[in-house]
Amino acid sequence: MLSRIAESLYWIGRSTERAEDTARLLDVHYHHLLEDRFADEPVVCAALLDAMGTEVTERPDADAVMRHLAFASTNPGSIVASLDTAWENARGAREALSSEMWEVLNTTHNTLANRAATTMPHEFFRQVRDRMAVLAGLADATLARDEGWRFLVLGRSVERIDMSARILVARIGSGRAAGWVTTLRCCSAYEAYLRTYRRSVDASSAAEFLLLDHLFPRSVMHALLTCERVLEELAPGGGRARVDDEARRRVGIARAELEFVRVDDLVDTLPGHLETVQRSVSEIHDAISKRYFLAERVVEWSA
Amino acid sequence: MGDLLNGYAPIAAFDELFASAETPRPHALALHDALQTLSPADFADRCAARDRAFRDQGITFQQSGEERPFPLDLVPRVIAADEWAVIERGVRQRVLALEAFLDDVYGAGRIITERVIPRRLVITSRHYHRQVAGIRPPRGVRVHVSGVDLVRDAHGQFRVLEDNLRVPSGISYVIENRRAMTRVFPELFASHRVCRVDAYPARLLDALRQTAPEGIVDPCVVVLTPGVHNAAYFEHSFLARQMGVELVEGSDLVCQDETLFMRTTGGLQRVDVVYRRVDDDYLDPLLFRPESIVGCAGLLHTARAGRVTIANAAGNGVADDKAVYPYVPEMIRFYLQEEPILANVETYRLGDPDVCAWVLTHLDQLVVKPVDGAGGYGIVIGPQADDRTLSDLGDAIRADPRGYVAQDPIALSTAPTFVGGAMEPRHLDLRPFAIHDGDDVWVAPGGLTRVALRKGSLVVNSSQGGGSKDTWVLADPDQDLGGSDAAPDDDPETRTSVRGASPAVCDPPAPGPFRGGAEQ
Repeated sequence: MLSRIAESLYWIGRSTERAEDTARLLDVHYHHLLEDRFADEPVVCAALLDAMGTEVTERPDADAVMRHLAFASTNPGSIVASLDTAWENARGAREALSSEMWEVLNTTHNTLANRAATTMPHEFFRQVRDRMAVLAGLADATLARDEGWRFLVLGRSVERIDMSARILVARIGSGRAAGWVTTLRCCSAYEAYLRTYRRSVDASSAAEFLLLDHLFPRSVMHALLTCERVLEELAPGGGRARVDDEARRRVGIARAELEFVRVDDLVDTLPGHLETVQRSVSEIHDAISKRYFLAERVVEWSA
Repeated sequence: MGDLLNGYAPIAAFDELFASAETPRPHALALHDALQTLSPADFADRCAARDRAFRDQGITFQQSGEERPFPLDLVPRVIAADEWAVIERGVRQRVLALEAFLDDVYGAGRIITERVIPRRLVITSRHYHRQVAGIRPPRGVRVHVSGVDLVRDAHGQFRVLEDNLRVPSGISYVIENRRAMTRVFPELFASHRVCRVDAYPARLLDALRQTAPEGIVDPCVVVLTPGVHNAAYFEHSFLARQMGVELVEGSDLVCQDETLFMRTTGGLQRVDVVYRRVDDDYLDPLLFRPESIVGCAGLLHTARAGRVTIANAAGNGVADDKAVYPYVPEMIRFYLQEEPILANVETYRLGDPDVCAWVLTHLDQLVVKPVDGAGGYGIVIGPQADDRTLSDLGDAIRADPRGYVAQDPIALSTAPTFVGGAMEPRHLDLRPFAIHDGDDVWVAPGGLTRVALRKGSLVVNSSQGGGSKDTWVLADPDQDLGGSDAAPDDDPETRTSVRGASPAVCDPPAPGPFRGGAEQ
């Protein structure tokens, strides 16, 4: 498969996942602010911005956060910009997608961006999540499980590791211990959590669930496992004694570190773990690009 | 009962649907009757359905930097079987003659030494590239794909308006137009035997594989596109998908040791045939424009070494130069010893000082085109132009007579077109697409009918606000449908209708634990 196409699929995976996760994050926090009269709006907002890698200058309010993280086309991480990235990449890799998937991305791009300013926030987030769910479903139902599929899933899981970590970072930053339910809701994990632990939410189990659970698909651990599996499928082998794929090595190390975390003091060590995870994500990304995507620099032939 | 075509008033031109104000042409009678059952409001509903479908599928054309749904007029243009047979033979003949001409001017140059065509004319063509002289492509094919633009004059005779032998585009719209029409107007197809157009991608792939460099058993074919920002990107991607080959950009390719490779996730992979949709000028920065980043350095050299096929070949532009066009009938006589089946439009050769002087005094009665213009840019239609335009044009011609051709204006034929809620006559042309594989020239039955949506306009190019129509070639009653010899079993629709009945012996699906349809 062409490196350029593989890279496009990887970015479609990443940016659609980012759009979806950002929509989840904003939706839940926005409504949390409306409902919880003890919540400190500037603190929560600053935590959100900080978690998403935006510098916080003044005391931000909910509307500013919403504009910046959802609608701003100047912020490459915003929902609208992510959908744009996905669409741009799909346009150049149309023959590697099924036409059903392309249609979903195209209509999403055409309709959501225009409607962004006029729709109710919840309505908008809902639509983003729905469209992305449709897209994921169609990818699952219409793509052959070939290399292209693997790069799509790879992008998705790399982004999910990153975003799940960011969601946890936002939790820690906003201070109040009572917010863990909100965080679980961000990941659609609240019900799964209740079924798994069969007791009310406490910080330690919630963090454990979102960071370490092997079975829940939005946990950091699950995304790492997916990522590792896909990388292995892409480049099987590696010899008896070592793994010579840098990306796989990085994923493996990150996973192993989390596998053997002490759960007792998880709440205290969480910030450190999250930092490691986020650093790993950027290393994994670099290793993947270097191995699969690296195109030669454009050569100018003018005299 | 509807009244869609009531009040349709043909103008002074050949009308494709009506023989006179009231009487439809015999081969279009069934279409006329079917349309007449609708009212303008019904028709407008179908138009809305069409727009939705096109926009959702992203079937668009870039116009002034904006993506718009490709404007398809829902009234098809119908061509009778016997008329089509003439077009088919005429296009085949023309392509073969032009193919021979290219082989000649980049080889022995017989047509020049025998003084059929002036040497000056050939070597001053902006698209004559010395860089490719002496390259003899596999099986001698340079014009793998061509689009010969035809118009119909006031007497109903088809004439060739121009040849497109470089990177003619439009076939994807032919196929997508048909797909849209069968969805929006299924009942029309029930009453007609229309030749299918969707065999084109398979035919193209066959021709590309057949013209691969010698000795390659299973050639690797790619489509080369300038990228998503090209106006015809939709088509590039469409063809790549329909042929099941990679769509590559210049940066995906690299030439090493007289071999062309593409960069894949598994390393470099050899490429044997490039169906390129990049202009000559940008194809190879080593030989043409050095600043090009959409081509691949060394591509021409690799082709010269016979290690890769470039389709269409570089340098074809000399044969579709508008100043060379008047000589095509003579080429047909010279190379094929045949009389032209399709006539040219009367064209004045401005290289002759006397002719040029006459043309300059008659500009208000002529159509003048720049020789290397495309997309309808720069055309001046004398009878419709103001004095200022004409005097500027005169100066331009005096400064560069080689840069222009003059033609008699043709009253392009018209057909009913749905504009502003009613049927009105609009001018149209026809671009059939031909594929040459070295053995034969195959002409896709139909082609792109382009229609000038502005009232009275004679410029049909989509870059100038033109639309299109689905083009129906009616099947000869004795002939196999489709003009394709793809086995009917390859055709998914036939297959379902033949073997679609579900086997009666299967068990019904497992009902699950909630039997009896109780509400849960």
